[in-house]
Amino acid sequence: MDELTIARSLFGSSLAFHIIFATLGVGLPFMILVSEIVYQITRDRDYTVMAKRWTKAQAILLGVAIPSGTIVAVQLSLLWPKFMEVVGEVIALPFQIELFAFFLEALFMSIYVYAADRLSPITRIVSVFLVALGGSASAVLITSANAWMNTPTGFKASGGKITEVHPLNAFFNPSFPSAALHVLASAYMTGAFAIAGLAAWRMLHRKSEDREYGYHKKALMMSLAVGGLMSLATAWNGHAAGQVLYDYQPEKLAAAEGHFETRAYAPLALGGIVDPDKGELVGAIKIPWALSFLADNRFDAVVKGLNDFPRENWPPFYVHTLFNLMVVIGVLLIFLSFLAWILQWRRRGKKKTSLPRWLLGTLAPSGLLSMLGIEFGWVFTCSGRQPWTVYHYQRTSEAVTDAAGLGLWFVVFIGLYLLLLVGTVIVMHSFFGRHPLREELEGIQQEYPAEGEW
Amino acid sequence: MDEAILAISLVWLFVFIYAILGSVDFGTGFWGMVYTRKGAQAGSIANRFLSPTWEVTNVFLVLLVVTLVAFFPAAIYSFGMALLIPGSLVLILLTIRSTFMVFHHSVQRFRNTLDIVSGVTGVLIPSLLVSVLPILTGGFIDPETRTLRIGKLFTSPVTCAYLAFGLSSELFLSAAFLADYSREADNESTYRVFRRHVVWLGPLTLATAVLTTFLMGREAVWLRDRLLEERLWFFLSFAAFLIGYLALFWKSRDPGKSRGLPRLSFTLFITQYALASFAYGRAHLPYLVYPDLTVAKSVTNPEMFRYLLVSYAIGLAILVPGFYLFWRLFLKDKRYLHQR
Repeated sequence: MDELTIARSLFGSSLAFHIIFATLGVGLPFMILVSEIVYQITRDRDYTVMAKRWTKAQAILLGVAIPSGTIVAVQLSLLWPKFMEVVGEVIALPFQIELFAFFLEALFMSIYVYAADRLSPITRIVSVFLVALGGSASAVLITSANAWMNTPTGFKASGGKITEVHPLNAFFNPSFPSAALHVLASAYMTGAFAIAGLAAWRMLHRKSEDREYGYHKKALMMSLAVGGLMSLATAWNGHAAGQVLYDYQPEKLAAAEGHFETRAYAPLALGGIVDPDKGELVGAIKIPWALSFLADNRFDAVVKGLNDFPRENWPPFYVHTLFNLMVVIGVLLIFLSFLAWILQWRRRGKKKTSLPRWLLGTLAPSGLLSMLGIEFGWVFTCSGRQPWTVYHYQRTSEAVTDAAGLGLWFVVFIGLYLLLLVGTVIVMHSFFGRHPLREELEGIQQEYPAEGEW
Repeated sequence: MDEAILAISLVWLFVFIYAILGSVDFGTGFWGMVYTRKGAQAGSIANRFLSPTWEVTNVFLVLLVVTLVAFFPAAIYSFGMALLIPGSLVLILLTIRSTFMVFHHSVQRFRNTLDIVSGVTGVLIPSLLVSVLPILTGGFIDPETRTLRIGKLFTSPVTCAYLAFGLSSELFLSAAFLADYSREADNESTYRVFRRHVVWLGPLTLATAVLTTFLMGREAVWLRDRLLEERLWFFLSFAAFLIGYLALFWKSRDPGKSRGLPRLSFTLFITQYALASFAYGRAHLPYLVYPDLTVAKSVTNPEMFRYLLVSYAIGLAILVPGFYLFWRLFLKDKRYLHQR
């Protein structure tokens, strides 16, 4: 591997690792907030138990999210110094503001975790809200910088020098709104499905008369409601993001679709593999006219194909597969959450309150799937931008450091991430093993014997 | 004041804040390791402070990096090339430390391992961070490849002197802080333990500072000459140290307390470092990295500069109440300080 590939692999792994914890760090506080609110409406103590347990999980995850985020922030400068020069000149603002969001999150997470027993209920909810706000704001701000890499605006380039910088124009670049909403909605969706998946898994291993089965069912239905709505929202703004590609990054759209010949009434391609020699997509299911319609709301919209662009500017072909996988996962999850709610609705008023085991079995991996969807989406958007770091301004090969010996660091960091992943699982397991749900549920029953009535 | 000077002052202010917070944070990790293993109360006092604060301290490091990138984009290439190795090492150690801090809180089983991790990284990370200072004074970056001569860096007596100064400062400041913190928690026996450390570390720190200036002066003549011009500030810094040191021996008004006024001492020690940092920073100008990069040459464009300043003003206005609440809950609240 050459140094550029190693640098990309190293930074890609750091991001792929951080994204897991960052996404949950946005999604989980949102779910905690939702359960606090549902408790205020239903007065069912089970929802406070959920909030409490998810907060513990979030505190553990934050222990990895903060340092891995620090790694990403510093590695940007260490690995892509010439890219960061451009960032500093044009798009420093979101990075800067993101810090304040990060501060807000860290500050109130410490307060919430270490001082919860000394806070009034209102201050406690405000603290979680600020943690959720900090996390969501961070996601939006970082997405602004990433969107700018795809659709760079707010500066003029003349003779290798950057002039006429307008930081706000750079911040609010064309792909920012759809990308930011897409990232937010998909993070809420993933937080919800992570919980739904876990709850479904637990329900498979409990009898439906159990107290714990009921608890998990409440968690499952609540998170499926959030997850279903958020996956719909994700699909909607994902569609908007696709139209931005049509307007601003036609190569990327063409690569995502394995689309070579420029034409109107272009078909949408599902599956298949690109044959680079022939310059065509082999073995795909094609839906006539659909791509043109999705791209510009008109069947006769002309969609540019890869053949219109110089070969050295083509993104890698595997982005087509990533794009498909992301979309398939999204559609599947929308379908599953609505199916579960419909089944639940048809059983209302009947004695049987359990959900069919086949459904629970399909829902169990939904958290994992949603996370995979996020990963595929990020790899798609970053690889689909190649060979550019800053679209049509700076090539990735121009941005990389000249320092040698990155291979060793690659191995070391991969080892570190594996260690942390295993460590997180062990700590989660050990923590929740020592604080079983049963005890907490018994705890609220003793404390509030007339549960559900007030 | 011109933009470059204003920007570098802000960066240097963050360096100073992180140096103090980092010293206290990492030093406390070290003392925590030493005293938990001996089973003394001093260990639990140290850990009580550390648990809620490390996340916030860590954010200051990111703040520092981002501020530097934002204000001095043209310097990133040099910094990125020079700091790849020490920077990556810091990241790895910091990750291990931070993760273990959280795991520490959640799982009792690994207590011993975690104490050692926090203690050992508490010494290694500051050492690596301090080694950035000699790199910036010049002579350690290969002018051809622009990369760091890592062998030369860690065998040079100058670097060793910087390391000695950095480490003794870390232990000195954190001991002074913990002395004050234990007094606030009404734990006089712990107070006496840390006061004793301050008493021997104070003069040692001063000696390493003088040694560092002397050794560095032989290599980086430009900096020595400039430092000598700032001697008034160093003299004031020394005066702050002296009064603070003497305050360790003054009798407390409360007859139940031991000797020394730790709050006054700690405040004066911070003043001492503030004055010395100010003087060092002034002497380092106009260079960011000697001899290639000056602050004026690497500062960002005026438009971005303006927006950055506005974002700082708004950001701080939002965060200051948060910091205040944080301080009241963990550094002031008797219920937290007195728990067993």
